Amino acid sequence: MEFFKHDLNVDFMGKWPYAAAISGLLLLVSVVSLFTRGLSLGIDFTGGTLIEVAYQQTVDLDNVRSLLVKNGFDQAQVQFFGTSRDLLIYLPPREGVDSAKLSEEVFSKLHQDDSGVQLSRVEYVGPQVGDELAIQGGLAMIYATFGILIYVMLRFHIRFAPGAVMALIHDVFITLGIFSIFRLEFDLTVLAAILAVMGYSLNDTIVVFDRIRENFRKIRKGTPQEIMNISVNQTLSRTVMTSSLTLLVVIALFVFGGEVIHNFSLALIIGIVVGTYSSIYVASPVSLALGVSKSDLVPVRKEGTERGGEGMP
Amino acid sequence: MINQYPLWKNLLILAVLLISVIYALPNVYGEDPALQITNARAGKLEAGIQDRVANALKTAGIDYKSITSDDQEILVRFHSTEVQLKAVDFIKGTLGTQFVVALNLAPSTPQWLQSLNALPMYLGLDLRGGVYFLLEVDMDAAVKQAIERYAGDLRTLLREQKIRYSQIRTENDGVRLVFHSAEDRDRVVSLIRKEFPDLMHDELAVDNGNYGLFVKPSEREMKEVRSFALQQNILTLRNRVNELGVAEPVIQQQGSSRVVVQLPGVQDTARAKRILGATATLEYRAVDVEHDLERALAGKVPAGSQIYHRRDGTPVLLKKSVIVTGDQIVNASSGFDSQSGTPNVTVMLDAKGARKMLAFTKENVGKPMAVVFIENKTETKLVNGEPVRSTKKVEEVVSVATIRDVFSKRFQTTGLDSPQEAHELALVLRSGALAAPIQIIEERTVGPSLGKQNIEQGFLSTVIGFLAVLIFTAMYYRVFGLIADLALAFNLVMIVAILSLLQATLTLPGIAGIVLTIGMAVDANVLIYERIREELRNGNSPQASIQAGFEKAFGTIADANITTLIAAVVLLAYGTGPIKGFAVTLSIGILTSMFTAIMGSRALVNLIYGHRRAARLSI
Repeated sequence: MEFFKHDLNVDFMGKWPYAAAISGLLLLVSVVSLFTRGLSLGIDFTGGTLIEVAYQQTVDLDNVRSLLVKNGFDQAQVQFFGTSRDLLIYLPPREGVDSAKLSEEVFSKLHQDDSGVQLSRVEYVGPQVGDELAIQGGLAMIYATFGILIYVMLRFHIRFAPGAVMALIHDVFITLGIFSIFRLEFDLTVLAAILAVMGYSLNDTIVVFDRIRENFRKIRKGTPQEIMNISVNQTLSRTVMTSSLTLLVVIALFVFGGEVIHNFSLALIIGIVVGTYSSIYVASPVSLALGVSKSDLVPVRKEGTERGGEGMP
Repeated sequence: MINQYPLWKNLLILAVLLISVIYALPNVYGEDPALQITNARAGKLEAGIQDRVANALKTAGIDYKSITSDDQEILVRFHSTEVQLKAVDFIKGTLGTQFVVALNLAPSTPQWLQSLNALPMYLGLDLRGGVYFLLEVDMDAAVKQAIERYAGDLRTLLREQKIRYSQIRTENDGVRLVFHSAEDRDRVVSLIRKEFPDLMHDELAVDNGNYGLFVKPSEREMKEVRSFALQQNILTLRNRVNELGVAEPVIQQQGSSRVVVQLPGVQDTARAKRILGATATLEYRAVDVEHDLERALAGKVPAGSQIYHRRDGTPVLLKKSVIVTGDQIVNASSGFDSQSGTPNVTVMLDAKGARKMLAFTKENVGKPMAVVFIENKTETKLVNGEPVRSTKKVEEVVSVATIRDVFSKRFQTTGLDSPQEAHELALVLRSGALAAPIQIIEERTVGPSLGKQNIEQGFLSTVIGFLAVLIFTAMYYRVFGLIADLALAFNLVMIVAILSLLQATLTLPGIAGIVLTIGMAVDANVLIYERIREELRNGNSPQASIQAGFEKAFGTIADANITTLIAAVVLLAYGTGPIKGFAVTLSIGILTSMFTAIMGSRALVNLIYGHRRAARLSI
């Protein structure tokens, strides 16, 4: 079984203006949204209290809301979580209140109202911890980017690195942008997913780069653009196959993995789709635009010497 | 051309497979709800306790699966959680507070696997249910307490030396003293050098005939104060957690001012918070030697005295008035007496305590003095055959010693039986002492039913994701696809085995990591197979194509995996809790997939196609 004809020869590189337009637009929308709307950060980063409760039967949201307001928790946000029997209650951090005890008070009020209610989960993050987690998360992204950049520089050529990093930034910003536009909650698990997306996106890009490098050496004739096209076409079948398989498992996670990792799997799904696109339409064209040429990758023999020029390590 | 692996490679793969299967196996057996019974004060369990437990269960008509013990703990396994919950209160009621009875999930791993140290994976709190607390010790308060203690000590010193001062005031990081003359100030400086070598001092400018002196603890001393505040809190938490009856609790220092407490399986979090925040204190009291203990026991307790009991039940008659309370104890440490060589405990009091102790010992040399430990405990008792839970104040005499000499700030309790006893007394004295305030700054609680649901959902999505990949791969690559499927199954077994061997914590994101690796592990096979197809299309022979496919794909596989590994390692370094679980499984999965997809599937390909001159490959 095959998805593509093996003599496929699509002019991917020639379509770069369209790709640039699409990517540019998506990036623009994402960045604008990130700056104006921001991310709806979860309590991991903002601090606050999250209480998940399970009722025996369907509950009325308004009843719970008014019950909480009546008891002085007027800042509580209540929503269904997965089913109409499970509720998620969010309480923002408050000055001068021992927030650690908040969850107990809320639950005891709910329990008085309906003794069938069960406490499924409590998450309380103090403001100091939230700030730290946000800083650590940001640092993790920066270190991962640099680590990958250095690896690509060492393993390939420095001219490949900007393409790879552009693709990486492209994937991360668009994934974040979608989370911002649709007001999806961004918590620690989503951050982990974004880092995994970074790894995955690079994974795809590197497979294409590997082939480009190989073809630069093998194919004597041809412009860099032609060689890149050939390489992308040759790896297309693998790119699509791997992406579909990975998507398959991540969709299984999204559908069956439960509410807690819903946004985590969603970030992976978005990241894999965008990452696959970017490894074809972003990484290579950017490298091409920056002037990757045969001489960057193929050892050049200087006259009269046997010593190779700069090549791969 | 013939593709064949040397024998050693095949054997290596087989050995890895066998070891992986063995160490993954305990996860198949599941767990029994169980009760773990240990001695409340670290120590051995006496023989006969096991029979008492067994008899109590029989009398109550509670059916258990098995009961085993070593000299540290007794483990009773049950058929269901309901029975286990019913039994716990009965056993607590029977054994009393000397024992810790903890709910536990004991792996029902067969003996032969246990003897190989094969254990099931360690499940995180989000999977088994439980509480995670991150607590922070208020270091500012600890330092403030220390400075106030110094101010008190200095005040006492000046009074004893009859030095007049116009002011002693505590400030943020030290104590300010003001004297009327330079001579007084100089005298104090030399006194401080002698009595408080840990204090640093600065003379302040003379102003209006006031001679100021600013005294502050040295950096080293401040560090000591902070580390002591943390250690003391950890110790107190450990004692309290014991009381909660939790199997496998984790109490760990994190950074310089934080403590992580993990209580797997705790369901009543409100109670856990209450007990962790409970107060214990202790009191030094005089032993009433004027009155007869026997008569007091007979009911004629003299006014001003009260009967207390030692831990072993021996009664002691103590005076009601308290000499020194626990919050006046600064430190207590165990060691050996320099003269007799017997184990001892050295106690340090603050200024107020020292003054009171001095006044008391002046009058009472030769008389005995006792230490009473007071704690609010929750306990379960059998009332009319039914277990009833109640909170009560427990007062216990932990030591009685004779006052040999007049002392104040610093004194020793000698004549203890063993270094062990000295150590425990020091622990108790410290845990009753004033601790720096501690505050919960992060809490993550997962109820038992949600934990169970997380496991089920995690398992379901793994199975479905895995099956989908198996079917898809087999359809796309036929025989080679089946080979990839076998390699994938091998990979999964290997991940589980390594997680079990490392006893790394498996969390829900960790399971997601495994699922993600399944998807990514096939990538290696896809890369190889696409290469083989290309080679075949280029007109190469099947054997040569296999050879070239594996060889050429290797570099790409390594490159692609290393980038993901970089991201995973960064996550490992910066992630906390569940996220770490994701990073762990992702990293392990990437590494094992390199082995199974490259070596494992190559071995199978060689086995199937290596020997014959295959006309065409099923790929």
